Amino acid sequence: MVGIVGYGAYLPRYRIKAEVIAKQWGSDPVAIVRGLQLNEKTVPGMDEDTITISVEAAKNAVRRAQINPQEIGAVYIGSESHPYAVKPSGTILIDALGIGPDVHVASYEFACKAGSEAMFVAYSLVKAGEMKYAMGIGADTSQGAPGDALEYSASAGGAAFIMGKEKVVAEILFTHSYTSDTPDFWRREGEYYPRHGGRFTGEPAYFRHIIGAGIALLEKSKISPKDFKYAVFHMPNGKFPMEVGKRLGFTKEQIETGWLVPYMGNTYSGSSPTGLAAILDVAKPGDLIFMVSFGSGAGSDGFIFRVTDEITKVQDRAVKTRELLDNNKIYLNYGEYAKFRRKIKLNE
Amino acid sequence: MITARYHREVPQRFRLEANKCVSCGHINFPPRLVCPKCKGQKFDNVVLKDEGKLLTYTILRVAADRFSKETPIAVGIVELEDGVKITTQIADVDVDTLQIGQKVKLVLRKIQEDGKAGILCYGYKAVVI
Ligand SMILES: [Zn+2]
Repeated sequence: MVGIVGYGAYLPRYRIKAEVIAKQWGSDPVAIVRGLQLNEKTVPGMDEDTITISVEAAKNAVRRAQINPQEIGAVYIGSESHPYAVKPSGTILIDALGIGPDVHVASYEFACKAGSEAMFVAYSLVKAGEMKYAMGIGADTSQGAPGDALEYSASAGGAAFIMGKEKVVAEILFTHSYTSDTPDFWRREGEYYPRHGGRFTGEPAYFRHIIGAGIALLEKSKISPKDFKYAVFHMPNGKFPMEVGKRLGFTKEQIETGWLVPYMGNTYSGSSPTGLAAILDVAKPGDLIFMVSFGSGAGSDGFIFRVTDEITKVQDRAVKTRELLDNNKIYLNYGEYAKFRRKIKLNE
Repeated sequence: MITARYHREVPQRFRLEANKCVSCGHINFPPRLVCPKCKGQKFDNVVLKDEGKLLTYTILRVAADRFSKETPIAVGIVELEDGVKITTQIADVDVDTLQIGQKVKLVLRKIQEDGKAGILCYGYKAVVI
Protein backbone atom coordinates (compact mmCIF):
# COMPACT_ATOMS: atom_id res chain seq x y z
CA MET A 1 0.00 0.00 0.00
CA VAL A 2 1.18 3.54 -0.78
CA GLY A 3 2.12 5.88 2.02
CA ILE A 4 4.89 7.82 3.72
CA VAL A 5 8.36 6.21 3.51
CA GLY A 6 10.26 9.11 5.05
CA TYR A 7 9.36 12.35 6.79
CA GLY A 8 11.20 15.29 8.30
CA ALA A 9 10.52 18.69 9.83
CA TYR A 10 12.44 21.90 10.29
CA LEU A 11 11.83 24.89 12.56
CA PRO A 12 14.02 28.03 12.83
CA ARG A 13 15.79 28.65 16.17
CA TYR A 14 14.59 32.22 16.74
CA ARG A 15 11.51 32.90 18.86
CA ILE A 16 9.42 35.83 19.99
CA LYS A 17 7.02 35.66 22.93
CA ALA A 18 3.39 36.71 22.45
CA GLU A 19 3.64 38.98 25.49
CA VAL A 20 6.53 40.89 23.86
CA ILE A 21 4.36 41.59 20.79
CA ALA A 22 1.35 42.48 22.96
CA LYS A 23 3.39 44.96 25.02
CA GLN A 24 4.66 46.63 21.84
CA TRP A 25 1.11 47.45 20.74
CA GLY A 26 -0.36 48.10 24.18
CA SER A 27 -2.54 44.99 24.02
CA ASP A 28 -3.41 42.70 26.89
CA PRO A 29 -0.99 39.73 26.82
CA VAL A 30 -3.30 37.63 28.99
CA ALA A 31 -6.05 37.75 26.34
CA ILE A 32 -3.63 36.49 23.70
CA VAL A 33 -1.90 33.82 25.75
CA ARG A 34 -5.06 32.48 27.41
CA GLY A 35 -7.63 33.38 24.75
CA LEU A 36 -5.78 32.25 21.64
CA GLN A 37 -3.39 29.89 23.48
CA LEU A 38 -0.34 31.37 21.79
CA ASN A 39 2.74 31.62 24.03
CA GLU A 40 5.50 32.16 21.48
CA LYS A 41 6.28 31.58 17.83
CA THR A 42 9.20 30.74 15.58
CA VAL A 43 10.87 33.50 13.58
CA PRO A 44 13.04 32.78 10.54
CA GLY A 45 16.63 34.04 10.54
CA MET A 46 17.41 36.81 8.04
CA ASP A 47 18.99 34.16 5.81
CA GLU A 48 16.09 31.70 6.03
CA ASP A 49 13.09 31.42 3.73
CA THR A 50 10.63 28.83 2.43
CA ILE A 51 13.37 27.30 0.28
CA THR A 52 15.97 26.84 3.05
CA ILE A 53 13.29 25.51 5.44
CA SER A 54 12.09 23.05 2.77
CA VAL A 55 15.65 21.90 2.10
CA GLU A 56 16.33 21.11 5.78
CA ALA A 57 12.98 19.30 6.19
CA ALA A 58 13.56 17.36 2.96
CA LYS A 59 17.07 16.31 4.05
CA ASN A 60 15.58 14.92 7.26
CA ALA A 61 12.96 13.03 5.20
CA VAL A 62 15.67 11.49 2.97
CA ARG A 63 17.73 10.57 6.07
CA ARG A 64 14.73 8.66 7.43
CA ALA A 65 13.75 6.99 4.14
CA GLN A 66 17.38 6.10 3.33
CA ILE A 67 16.63 6.13 -0.39
CA ASN A 68 18.68 7.31 -3.34
CA PRO A 69 17.47 10.89 -4.00
CA GLN A 70 17.79 10.16 -7.73
CA GLU A 71 14.76 7.87 -7.44
CA ILE A 72 12.47 10.74 -6.41
CA GLY A 73 10.33 11.48 -9.46
CA ALA A 74 8.48 14.56 -8.25
CA VAL A 75 9.05 17.38 -5.76
CA TYR A 76 6.24 19.75 -4.81
CA ILE A 77 6.63 22.64 -2.36
CA GLY A 78 3.43 24.16 -1.03
CA SER A 79 3.76 27.66 0.44
CA GLU A 80 2.22 31.10 0.48
CA SER A 81 5.66 32.65 0.92
CA HIS A 82 7.66 31.34 -2.04
CA PRO A 83 10.66 33.74 -2.20
CA TYR A 84 10.21 34.42 -5.91
CA ALA A 85 6.99 35.59 -7.58
CA VAL A 86 8.31 34.00 -10.79
CA LYS A 87 10.82 31.13 -10.36
CA PRO A 88 10.08 27.82 -8.68
CA SER A 89 11.29 27.08 -5.14
CA GLY A 90 11.76 23.38 -5.84
CA THR A 91 14.57 23.76 -8.37
CA ILE A 92 16.92 25.01 -5.66
CA LEU A 93 15.81 22.15 -3.42
CA ILE A 94 16.45 19.41 -6.00
CA ASP A 95 19.94 20.77 -6.70
CA ALA A 96 20.69 20.90 -2.97
CA LEU A 97 19.56 17.30 -2.43
CA GLY A 98 20.95 15.79 -5.62
CA ILE A 99 17.51 14.97 -7.05
CA GLY A 100 16.94 15.04 -10.81
CA PRO A 101 17.30 16.55 -13.38
CA ASP A 102 14.86 13.76 -14.37
CA VAL A 103 12.18 15.00 -11.98
CA HIS A 104 8.85 16.85 -12.06
CA VAL A 105 8.92 20.01 -9.92
CA ALA A 106 6.20 22.52 -9.07
CA SER A 107 5.34 25.21 -6.53
CA TYR A 108 1.90 24.90 -4.97
CA GLU A 109 -0.15 27.66 -3.44
CA PHE A 110 -3.46 27.55 -1.51
CA ALA A 111 -2.97 29.71 1.58
CA CYS A 112 -2.35 27.34 4.53
CA LYS A 113 -3.19 24.09 2.77
CA ALA A 114 -0.56 24.16 0.02
CA GLY A 115 1.52 21.61 1.94
CA SER A 116 -1.22 18.99 2.22
CA GLU A 117 -1.96 19.60 -1.46
CA ALA A 118 1.65 18.78 -2.33
CA MET A 119 1.39 15.63 -0.17
CA PHE A 120 -1.86 14.57 -1.85
CA VAL A 121 -0.49 14.93 -5.39
CA ALA A 122 2.78 13.18 -4.46
CA TYR A 123 0.77 10.30 -2.98
CA SER A 124 -1.54 10.13 -6.01
CA LEU A 125 1.35 9.93 -8.50
CA VAL A 126 2.96 7.02 -6.64
CA LYS A 127 -0.42 5.30 -6.33
CA ALA A 128 -0.97 5.72 -10.08
CA GLY A 129 2.35 3.97 -10.70
CA GLU A 130 3.90 7.01 -12.40
CA MET A 131 7.01 6.96 -10.23
CA LYS A 132 8.71 5.13 -7.37
CA TYR A 133 8.92 8.07 -4.95
CA ALA A 134 7.45 11.57 -4.81
CA MET A 135 8.01 14.28 -2.22
CA GLY A 136 5.41 16.74 -0.90
CA ILE A 137 6.51 19.65 1.32
CA GLY A 138 4.64 22.33 3.24
CA ALA A 139 6.72 25.30 4.41
CA ASP A 140 6.18 28.99 5.10
CA THR A 141 7.71 32.14 6.54
CA SER A 142 4.44 33.98 6.87
CA GLN A 143 3.95 37.58 7.85
CA GLY A 144 1.26 39.33 9.84
CA ALA A 145 0.87 43.09 9.55
CA PRO A 146 2.34 44.94 12.56
CA GLY A 147 -0.29 45.20 15.29
CA ASP A 148 -2.67 42.81 13.50
CA ALA A 149 -3.96 39.73 15.34
CA LEU A 150 -2.04 37.57 12.85
CA GLU A 151 1.25 38.95 14.15
CA TYR A 152 0.91 36.74 17.24
CA SER A 153 0.64 33.58 15.17
CA ALA A 154 2.34 33.93 11.75
CA SER A 155 5.53 31.90 12.13
CA ALA A 156 7.99 29.81 10.12
CA GLY A 157 8.64 26.11 9.65
CA GLY A 158 7.82 23.15 7.51
CA ALA A 159 7.73 19.42 6.96
CA ALA A 160 8.50 17.08 4.07
CA PHE A 161 7.03 13.68 3.23
CA ILE A 162 8.36 11.14 0.75
CA MET A 163 5.62 8.89 -0.63
CA GLY A 164 6.40 5.39 -1.85
CA LYS A 165 5.24 1.78 -1.96
CA GLU A 166 8.08 -0.09 -0.21
CA LYS A 167 9.08 0.17 3.46
CA VAL A 168 6.09 2.43 4.11
CA VAL A 169 6.06 3.85 7.66
CA ALA A 170 2.48 5.19 7.52
CA GLU A 171 0.01 3.88 4.93
CA ILE A 172 -2.54 6.31 3.53
CA LEU A 173 -5.89 4.52 3.87
CA PHE A 174 -8.29 7.29 2.84
CA THR A 175 -8.20 10.88 1.57
CA HIS A 176 -10.89 13.50 1.06
CA SER A 177 -10.84 17.14 0.00
CA TYR A 178 -13.56 19.74 0.61
CA THR A 179 -13.41 23.11 -1.18
CA SER A 180 -15.59 26.19 -1.80
CA ASP A 181 -15.09 29.83 -2.75
CA THR A 182 -14.92 31.57 0.64
CA PRO A 183 -13.06 34.92 0.86
CA ASP A 184 -11.92 34.66 4.51
CA PHE A 185 -8.24 35.60 4.02
CA TRP A 186 -6.30 36.78 0.99
CA ARG A 187 -3.35 38.78 -0.27
CA ARG A 188 -3.56 40.65 -3.56
CA GLU A 189 -0.62 40.59 -5.98
CA GLY A 190 1.98 43.18 -4.92
CA GLU A 191 0.60 43.59 -1.39
CA TYR A 192 3.06 42.83 1.40
CA TYR A 193 0.72 41.70 4.18
CA PRO A 194 -2.42 39.54 3.88
CA ARG A 195 -5.92 40.76 4.79
CA HIS A 196 -8.59 38.75 6.55
CA GLY A 197 -12.28 38.83 7.29
CA GLY A 198 -11.88 38.95 11.09
CA ARG A 199 -14.50 36.72 12.71
CA PHE A 200 -15.60 35.56 9.25
CA THR A 201 -12.45 33.38 9.22
CA GLY A 202 -13.97 31.10 11.89
CA GLU A 203 -17.35 29.44 11.25
CA PRO A 204 -17.85 29.78 7.45
CA ALA A 205 -14.20 29.14 6.69
CA TYR A 206 -12.08 27.13 9.14
CA PHE A 207 -14.84 25.14 10.87
CA ARG A 208 -17.06 24.50 7.83
CA HIS A 209 -14.26 23.12 5.65
CA ILE A 210 -12.45 21.03 8.25
CA ILE A 211 -15.74 19.56 9.47
CA GLY A 212 -16.82 18.96 5.84
CA ALA A 213 -13.67 17.04 5.01
CA GLY A 214 -13.57 15.37 8.42
CA ILE A 215 -17.13 14.00 8.35
CA ALA A 216 -16.66 12.72 4.79
CA LEU A 217 -13.46 10.92 5.85
CA LEU A 218 -15.15 9.31 8.84
CA GLU A 219 -18.08 8.18 6.66
CA LYS A 220 -15.82 6.86 3.87
CA SER A 221 -13.61 4.93 6.25
CA LYS A 222 -16.34 3.78 8.67
CA ILE A 223 -13.77 4.36 11.42
CA SER A 224 -15.02 6.04 14.56
CA PRO A 225 -13.10 8.96 16.16
CA LYS A 226 -12.38 6.90 19.28
CA ASP A 227 -10.43 4.34 17.20
CA PHE A 228 -7.75 6.89 16.26
CA LYS A 229 -4.68 7.27 18.42
CA TYR A 230 -3.94 10.78 17.11
CA ALA A 231 -5.66 13.65 15.29
CA VAL A 232 -4.11 16.79 13.82
CA PHE A 233 -5.81 19.80 12.29
CA HIS A 234 -4.62 23.07 10.83
CA MET A 235 -3.46 25.25 13.74
CA PRO A 236 -4.04 29.00 13.16
CA ASN A 237 -4.08 29.42 16.96
CA GLY A 238 -4.26 27.11 19.95
CA LYS A 239 -8.02 27.26 20.36
CA PHE A 240 -9.37 26.39 16.88
CA PRO A 241 -7.86 22.91 16.42
CA MET A 242 -9.03 21.81 19.88
CA GLU A 243 -12.53 23.15 19.16
CA VAL A 244 -12.85 21.61 15.68
CA GLY A 245 -11.50 18.31 17.00
CA LYS A 246 -14.10 18.31 19.77
CA ARG A 247 -16.90 18.98 17.28
CA LEU A 248 -15.75 16.01 15.17
CA GLY A 249 -15.66 13.75 18.23
CA PHE A 250 -11.96 13.74 19.11
CA THR A 251 -10.50 14.26 22.58
CA LYS A 252 -7.79 16.63 23.83
CA GLU A 253 -5.51 13.60 24.39
CA GLN A 254 -5.74 12.59 20.73
CA ILE A 255 -4.91 16.11 19.53
CA GLU A 256 -2.22 17.15 22.04
CA THR A 257 0.75 15.31 20.49
CA GLY A 258 0.56 17.19 17.18
CA TRP A 259 -0.68 20.41 18.79
CA LEU A 260 2.57 22.38 18.40
CA VAL A 261 0.97 25.78 17.92
CA PRO A 262 1.22 27.25 21.47
CA TYR A 263 5.03 27.33 21.12
CA MET A 264 5.47 27.18 17.34
CA GLY A 265 2.79 29.56 16.08
CA ASN A 266 1.03 29.05 12.77
CA THR A 267 3.50 27.76 10.18
CA TYR A 268 0.77 28.10 7.52
CA SER A 269 1.43 25.48 4.81
CA GLY A 270 3.69 23.75 7.34
CA SER A 271 1.10 23.73 10.15
CA SER A 272 -0.71 20.37 10.13
CA PRO A 273 2.26 18.76 8.29
CA THR A 274 4.67 19.63 11.16
CA GLY A 275 2.00 18.39 13.59
CA LEU A 276 1.89 15.11 11.65
CA ALA A 277 5.70 14.87 11.76
CA ALA A 278 5.60 15.29 15.57
CA ILE A 279 3.02 12.50 15.78
CA LEU A 280 5.06 10.15 13.56
CA ASP A 281 8.07 10.79 15.84
CA VAL A 282 6.29 8.97 18.69
CA ALA A 283 3.70 6.79 16.92
CA LYS A 284 3.68 3.02 17.34
CA PRO A 285 2.88 0.30 14.77
CA GLY A 286 -0.87 0.00 14.20
CA ASP A 287 -1.75 3.54 15.35
CA LEU A 288 -4.36 5.34 13.26
CA ILE A 289 -3.83 9.06 12.57
CA PHE A 290 -6.53 11.50 11.42
CA MET A 291 -5.35 14.69 9.67
CA VAL A 292 -7.29 17.58 8.13
CA SER A 293 -5.58 20.72 6.84
CA PHE A 294 -7.24 24.06 6.08
CA GLY A 295 -6.37 26.74 3.57
CA SER A 296 -8.19 30.03 3.28
CA GLY A 297 -10.06 30.72 0.14
CA ALA A 298 -11.07 27.97 1.17
CA GLY A 299 -10.52 24.24 1.42
CA SER A 300 -9.39 21.25 3.47
CA ASP A 301 -7.47 18.09 2.62
CA GLY A 302 -8.03 15.09 4.87
CA PHE A 303 -5.96 11.93 5.30
CA ILE A 304 -6.24 8.77 7.37
CA PHE A 305 -2.88 7.11 8.06
CA ARG A 306 -2.11 3.71 9.57
CA VAL A 307 1.36 3.44 11.09
CA THR A 308 3.32 0.28 10.18
CA ASP A 309 6.07 -1.79 11.84
CA GLU A 310 8.67 0.17 9.81
CA ILE A 311 8.10 3.33 11.87
CA THR A 312 10.38 2.34 14.75
CA LYS A 313 13.34 1.94 12.36
CA VAL A 314 13.14 5.48 11.00
CA GLN A 315 12.13 7.60 14.01
CA ASP A 316 15.69 8.08 15.33
CA ARG A 317 17.39 8.59 11.98
CA ALA A 318 16.80 12.38 12.01
CA VAL A 319 16.00 15.17 14.46
CA LYS A 320 12.52 15.00 16.03
CA THR A 321 10.02 17.84 15.69
CA ARG A 322 9.69 18.41 19.44
CA GLU A 323 13.50 18.68 19.70
CA LEU A 324 13.42 21.41 17.06
CA LEU A 325 10.68 23.13 19.04
CA ASP A 326 12.29 22.83 22.49
CA ASN A 327 16.07 23.12 21.88
CA ASN A 328 18.52 25.86 20.85
CA LYS A 329 15.99 28.69 21.15
CA ILE A 330 17.16 32.28 20.68
CA TYR A 331 14.66 34.89 21.90
CA LEU A 332 14.24 38.21 20.08
CA ASN A 333 12.90 41.52 21.33
CA TYR A 334 10.37 43.37 19.18
CA GLY A 335 13.00 45.60 17.56
CA GLU A 336 15.13 42.62 16.52
CA TYR A 337 12.01 40.85 15.31
CA ALA A 338 10.95 43.84 13.21
CA LYS A 339 14.42 43.94 11.67
CA PHE A 340 14.45 40.19 11.00
CA ARG A 341 11.04 40.33 9.35
CA ARG A 342 12.00 43.44 7.34
CA LYS A 343 9.24 45.51 8.88
CA ILE A 344 11.58 48.50 9.12
CA LYS A 345 11.95 50.78 6.12
CA LEU A 346 15.57 51.30 5.10
CA ASN A 347 17.31 53.47 2.56
CA GLU A 348 18.03 51.47 -0.58
CA MET B 1 24.60 40.61 -12.19
CA ILE B 2 26.05 37.57 -10.44
CA THR B 3 24.00 34.92 -12.22
CA ALA B 4 26.62 33.02 -14.26
CA ARG B 5 29.33 32.66 -11.62
CA TYR B 6 26.80 31.74 -8.95
CA HIS B 7 25.28 29.08 -11.17
CA ARG B 8 28.69 27.57 -11.93
CA GLU B 9 29.43 27.19 -8.20
CA VAL B 10 26.15 25.43 -7.32
CA PRO B 11 27.65 21.89 -6.97
CA GLN B 12 29.97 23.21 -4.24
CA ARG B 13 27.68 25.76 -2.61
CA PHE B 14 24.64 23.44 -2.50
CA ARG B 15 26.05 19.93 -2.33
CA LEU B 16 29.67 20.26 -1.13
CA GLU B 17 30.98 18.35 -4.15
CA ALA B 18 34.76 17.87 -4.05
CA ASN B 19 37.35 15.56 -5.58
CA LYS B 20 39.84 13.19 -3.96
CA CYS B 21 43.27 12.44 -5.40
CA VAL B 22 43.53 8.77 -6.31
CA SER B 23 47.26 8.56 -5.56
CA CYS B 24 47.60 10.51 -2.28
CA GLY B 25 44.03 10.85 -1.00
CA HIS B 26 44.10 14.65 -0.73
CA ILE B 27 40.60 16.17 -0.97
CA ASN B 28 40.19 19.35 -3.05
CA PHE B 29 37.29 21.67 -2.36
CA PRO B 30 36.44 23.06 -4.85
CA PRO B 31 37.65 20.26 -7.16
CA ARG B 32 40.99 20.76 -8.97
CA LEU B 33 42.53 19.34 -12.13
CA VAL B 34 45.99 18.85 -10.61
CA CYS B 35 46.59 17.69 -7.03
CA PRO B 36 48.47 20.42 -5.09
CA LYS B 37 50.13 17.73 -2.91
CA CYS B 38 51.44 15.17 -5.42
CA LYS B 39 50.63 16.67 -8.85
CA GLY B 40 48.37 13.66 -9.53
CA GLN B 41 45.71 14.10 -12.17
CA LYS B 42 43.31 11.25 -11.33
CA PHE B 43 40.46 11.98 -8.95
CA ASP B 44 37.33 10.39 -7.53
CA ASN B 45 34.27 12.58 -6.99
CA VAL B 46 33.35 12.85 -3.32
CA VAL B 47 30.83 14.80 -1.24
CA LEU B 48 32.15 16.43 1.94
CA LYS B 49 30.79 15.47 5.36
CA ASP B 50 28.35 18.11 6.60
CA GLU B 51 29.47 18.02 10.25
CA GLY B 52 32.68 19.12 11.90
CA LYS B 53 34.17 21.41 14.54
CA LEU B 54 34.97 25.07 14.76
CA LEU B 55 38.76 25.62 14.56
CA THR B 56 38.72 29.39 14.88
CA TYR B 57 36.46 32.36 14.23
CA THR B 58 36.25 36.12 14.03
CA ILE B 59 33.41 38.56 14.48
CA LEU B 60 32.72 41.21 11.82
CA ARG B 61 31.12 44.26 13.40
CA VAL B 62 31.55 46.47 10.35
CA ALA B 63 30.56 44.74 7.13
CA ALA B 64 30.33 45.59 3.44
CA ASP B 65 27.20 47.60 2.52
CA ARG B 66 25.28 44.54 1.38
CA PHE B 67 25.71 42.84 4.77
CA SER B 68 25.72 45.95 6.97
CA LYS B 69 22.29 45.19 8.47
CA GLU B 70 23.32 41.66 9.45
CA THR B 71 26.17 42.53 11.82
CA PRO B 72 27.63 41.19 14.01
CA ILE B 73 28.59 38.38 11.62
CA ALA B 74 30.55 35.36 12.81
CA VAL B 75 32.92 33.84 10.25
CA GLY B 76 34.90 30.74 11.11
CA ILE B 77 37.14 27.99 9.84
CA VAL B 78 35.46 24.63 10.21
CA GLU B 79 37.24 21.30 10.05
CA LEU B 80 34.78 18.80 8.61
CA GLU B 81 34.81 15.14 9.66
CA ASP B 82 36.76 14.21 6.54
CA GLY B 83 39.55 16.63 7.48
CA VAL B 84 38.70 19.33 4.95
CA LYS B 85 38.86 22.87 6.31
CA ILE B 86 36.42 25.44 4.95
CA THR B 87 35.75 29.09 5.71
CA THR B 88 32.10 29.80 6.38
CA GLN B 89 29.69 32.12 8.13
CA ILE B 90 28.20 30.82 11.38
CA ALA B 91 24.45 31.41 11.48
CA ASP B 92 21.87 31.50 14.31
CA VAL B 93 24.34 32.39 17.00
CA ASP B 94 24.79 34.84 19.83
CA VAL B 95 28.38 35.77 18.88
CA ASP B 96 29.37 36.17 22.54
CA THR B 97 28.73 32.49 23.21
CA LEU B 98 30.86 31.05 20.36
CA GLN B 99 33.69 28.76 21.41
CA ILE B 100 36.54 27.14 19.53
CA GLY B 101 35.98 23.39 19.31
CA GLN B 102 32.18 23.58 19.18
CA LYS B 103 30.50 20.98 16.99
CA VAL B 104 28.86 22.49 13.93
CA LYS B 105 26.78 21.35 10.99
CA LEU B 106 26.53 22.86 7.52
CA VAL B 107 23.06 23.97 6.39
CA LEU B 108 21.73 25.68 3.28
CA ARG B 109 21.03 29.38 3.82
CA LYS B 110 20.52 32.49 1.75
CA ILE B 111 23.97 34.07 1.32
CA GLN B 112 23.04 37.28 -0.44
CA GLU B 113 20.50 39.02 -2.62
CA ASP B 114 21.54 40.61 -5.89
CA GLY B 115 19.90 43.92 -5.06
CA LYS B 116 16.14 44.33 -4.66
CA ALA B 117 15.17 42.69 -7.97
CA GLY B 118 18.08 40.32 -8.71
CA ILE B 119 18.47 36.65 -7.90
CA LEU B 120 18.73 35.16 -4.42
CA CYS B 121 22.00 33.33 -3.83
CA TYR B 122 22.08 30.30 -1.55
CA GLY B 123 24.97 28.35 -0.09
CA TYR B 124 26.29 26.68 3.06
CA LYS B 125 26.65 28.21 6.49
CA ALA B 126 27.50 26.50 9.76
CA VAL B 127 25.21 26.25 12.78
CA VAL B 128 26.31 25.12 16.23
CA ILE B 129 24.80 21.74 17.20
ZN1 LIG C 1 47.57 13.81 -4.66
